[in-house]
Amino acid sequence: MAMTLITTNTSSDAASSDFTSSIDNTYKLYIFKFYDVEPETESVYFSFQGSTDGGSNYDTTMTTTNFIASHREDDGGTTQLIYRTGNDQAEGSAFQLLCQSMGVGGADESAVGELHLFNPSNTTYVKHFYCTAQHYQDTPGSQNSFTAGYFNTTSAIDAVSFKMSSDNMDGTIKMYGVG
Amino acid sequence: MVEQSGTALLLEQICNHHEDKIMPLGAFKAALMGTAGVSAAGADVVLLSTTTVSDDATVDITSGIDSTYGEYIFRFYNIHPATDSTEFLFQVNGAGESGFNETITSTQFRTYHPESGGTGGSIGISYDASRDQAEGTAYQELSAEVGSGNDESLAGILHLFNPASTTYVKHFIWRGTAYYSEDANYANWTAGYINTTTAIDEISFMFASGNVESGTIKMWGVK
Repeated sequence: MAMTLITTNTSSDAASSDFTSSIDNTYKLYIFKFYDVEPETESVYFSFQGSTDGGSNYDTTMTTTNFIASHREDDGGTTQLIYRTGNDQAEGSAFQLLCQSMGVGGADESAVGELHLFNPSNTTYVKHFYCTAQHYQDTPGSQNSFTAGYFNTTSAIDAVSFKMSSDNMDGTIKMYGVG
Repeated sequence: MVEQSGTALLLEQICNHHEDKIMPLGAFKAALMGTAGVSAAGADVVLLSTTTVSDDATVDITSGIDSTYGEYIFRFYNIHPATDSTEFLFQVNGAGESGFNETITSTQFRTYHPESGGTGGSIGISYDASRDQAEGTAYQELSAEVGSGNDESLAGILHLFNPASTTYVKHFIWRGTAYYSEDANYANWTAGYINTTTAIDEISFMFASGNVESGTIKMWGVK
């Protein structure tokens, strides 16, 4: 499996990290890897959306699932593996949550992970995706998140945007094509 | 990325071009060129090292983890314990420090299914609170109760993100699947962070009891 680095977006106090070119029929799979993404504001969530018009609008309809495993540094609270109904969408057009309740209390808090987007240029089928992420949550601890779903459109997805639910973000996101 | 000589690069290109026809991936390429940098020239995922285990108490990778790559991926092939029903573990060491004893906060959950089919609670998915850590310094469990029968082993993949960062904690994500000692599939998802802003430059793998009898661990760098 050859994986080719296509684009690197390095964000510093940016409202979003957008990929508006090179998502086409060159590859059947696009992988977005995010490294030490950090919000400016405590307890926000990291999210993404797709566009069918080159990034003019990020409001594609999607149906999704989300579950998490979490564990606090003080071993307190609820250590859990749980499906999060508040984090999924049923034919929604909002940005999809990937990491919830992100910490920013310390300068060393961040999120990492990877999002797989399958066959985005296909005009026959819906477009599937899944994301595995790991982050430092606002109640200090580890949170491992699993999100999957599909863009319910037969239009090609040709742009992808990542952002926080509120305020700006720092971090690096790389887009790879898999041949 | 390890620089290659012109001869090595040519050999690599031949190997990659004719891989399916004349040269299986792995042994011959490594024998000809060494284990570092054997991925395709210009590739964005680079094989950095291959460790073949032979009845070792620990498997330590003490070079090649630095700021060259933002992500290191370790793949595990047929890791086989000498002792039955033991846990596969990992820890790391901070640059300039001694000992594999960094502070970790982690989560772990599992799925389980016996060969017999099982019923009720013997099948399913659950959080495993006995295998996570809350600011602990022990070796982190990755796969549990691995069987030591002749055909029993584990496989998996561990992502270590941005280990050279001196700003952020170091996140990791593991997914593994094992032959459980009581004849079942036992799959584990472990994730967490190493709670230090010191760079991580060494990593260690072992079983909780007994040696790592055999197996292969490959380390990749992601550009």
